[in-house]
Amino acid sequence: MGKYILKRTLNSILTVMIVFVAVFMLLRLMPLSGYFPPEMIKETDEATRMTYLRNQGLLDHPIVQLGRFVKNLFQGDLGRSLTVYPKVPISTLLAEKIPVTAAFGLASMILGIVLGLSLGMLMVRFKDRWGDHLGTGYILMVRAIPSLIYLFFIQVWVSLWLNLPMVFDKDIPSSWILPVICLSLGSIAWYALWLRRFMVDEENKDYVKFAMVKGFSKKEVWKRHIFKNAIIPLVIYLPSDLLFIISGSLVIETLYVIPGTGGLLTTAIEKQDNNLVQVIVLMYAVLSVLGVFLGDLLIAAVDPRITLMEDN
Amino acid sequence: MEKKMPELNPLKFRAKVFDQMLSEDTGYSNYSYWRSTIRTFFKNKAVVVLVALIVLIILMSFIYPMVSPVNPNKVALKRTMWNNRPSWEHLFGTDGLGRDIWTRAWYGVRNSFLLAFCIALSDVGIGMLVGAIWGYNKKLDPIMIEIYNVITNIPSTVYLVLLAYIMNTSYLTLFVSMASRGWIVEARFFRNRILSIRDNEYNMASRCLGTPMRRIATKNIIPHIISLIIMEAALCIPYSIGSEVFLGFVGIGLPVDAITLGNIVNQGRASFTLHPYQMLLPTIILCIITVAFYVIGNKFADASDPRNHV
Repeated sequence: MGKYILKRTLNSILTVMIVFVAVFMLLRLMPLSGYFPPEMIKETDEATRMTYLRNQGLLDHPIVQLGRFVKNLFQGDLGRSLTVYPKVPISTLLAEKIPVTAAFGLASMILGIVLGLSLGMLMVRFKDRWGDHLGTGYILMVRAIPSLIYLFFIQVWVSLWLNLPMVFDKDIPSSWILPVICLSLGSIAWYALWLRRFMVDEENKDYVKFAMVKGFSKKEVWKRHIFKNAIIPLVIYLPSDLLFIISGSLVIETLYVIPGTGGLLTTAIEKQDNNLVQVIVLMYAVLSVLGVFLGDLLIAAVDPRITLMEDN
Repeated sequence: MEKKMPELNPLKFRAKVFDQMLSEDTGYSNYSYWRSTIRTFFKNKAVVVLVALIVLIILMSFIYPMVSPVNPNKVALKRTMWNNRPSWEHLFGTDGLGRDIWTRAWYGVRNSFLLAFCIALSDVGIGMLVGAIWGYNKKLDPIMIEIYNVITNIPSTVYLVLLAYIMNTSYLTLFVSMASRGWIVEARFFRNRILSIRDNEYNMASRCLGTPMRRIATKNIIPHIISLIIMEAALCIPYSIGSEVFLGFVGIGLPVDAITLGNIVNQGRASFTLHPYQMLLPTIILCIITVAFYVIGNKFADASDPRNHV
């Protein structure tokens, strides 16, 4: 067990390092003019701009820049934003934005799990009847239609219909409702779809049929065997979901004007804010590798049949 | 009383040599996998309707631009021609520059569909090849898993904007950046499937009975894989169209004058409060295409499972 964890940790660190160095080097391929907004290029001359870049350390060899970033990172300094929020320390920026996104993410994750699992169970309970058809229709719509389209119509029509605010306002709690619902639509469909699939698979297994034949109550078998076994493959994704509540959704945060992290990466890349991009990429890479790792540990803790050993 | 097992006499017992004729003779009835799959697939009335609808939409999107004299990019100079409501002359109205939305929608379907089709082809094609090699080569496993982790961990916007700098924003850039990550996901999917099919009991039994690998591959593995390929390719199309809409929303997709469903929908969205009809037709067609391909992909997966055959 200890050996496994050590090996996985080293492996995870390697992955994060490769991702980070690759992105770091790719960012250095961007043209130098991208560091300035167009109006600034008109106003300033070549020499001023070069001095600015030299002072920022952007003209050094990429390896030197990488070394400096890593050194600062270990001293707890994430650097400063270049173009999106000029000169603001990135740690301040993230500390401001992450709580907003995380609050929405956590609320929608809870809603998604509760409603998704309920819908999944409803679909199995009424298999091939109305409950199943209803759920299938919902899953089909959410998964097949591009999210932008239905999210847009929800914002325009549902807000009008229920008389809810169309944009987010920190002081009006009713304006939090629609974004949370919108954020959870996808995960409701995901949990319902897979819970249904795994429960149907489990229901058809011989041990379940045998238990029924032996006269156990249907409720008992469902609760103690079918649901318990069907939920295990889903548990593996919980840590990732929980960690990624801070990543936010670009579309939803843009539509409802939520000052969160959702659009930060895209804006930063577009404006070539290298310092910001590399911190965000590093953060997401760590979270995603950590999420998979914790998922494996969790599933081994939940299901005694799974052991974390090397299977050669 | 104990009974002694007679010892095996190598003269009396020897392995049978593989015989093509004999194996066909005993192994197969007149059941044809593909005929049954197609029959099960088309037994569902909804599937027939959706397939017909898709064929119709795609035919229309290819034929209409060829025969129609209307230029989809023709801008009207007169103000009275802008933002027209639907009429006989302009079936679905005109947009903010007086361009005919009916014509633009069909050009958009054609371009978006071609783009999505190319992406599906490359994702599933490359994914299948890599997945097959990956599945059959245990030594490659650690390297491939590392490549998978790295590619899926780099946000796709990073590739996209970088590629947009290196090449200009064009269909090719969009294709390269969208296809640069799908293949590894497909490869992993096919690798897992191939591994599980290859080590299934019936294939082990076949191998023990001396069936040549070529026969196992053509009779037992490839039929499974082909149905998976069709399913994955069908499911790839709604996904690609969705990504294109998303990229248009972010503003790093195609140049605004490229006629694709993503661009048309995003332009319609911008003017939705004033002229809602401009978004109507493109959105409906887009939803029909994505929903239909999603249903077709899933129903085909069901139909290709021999347990559902009649």
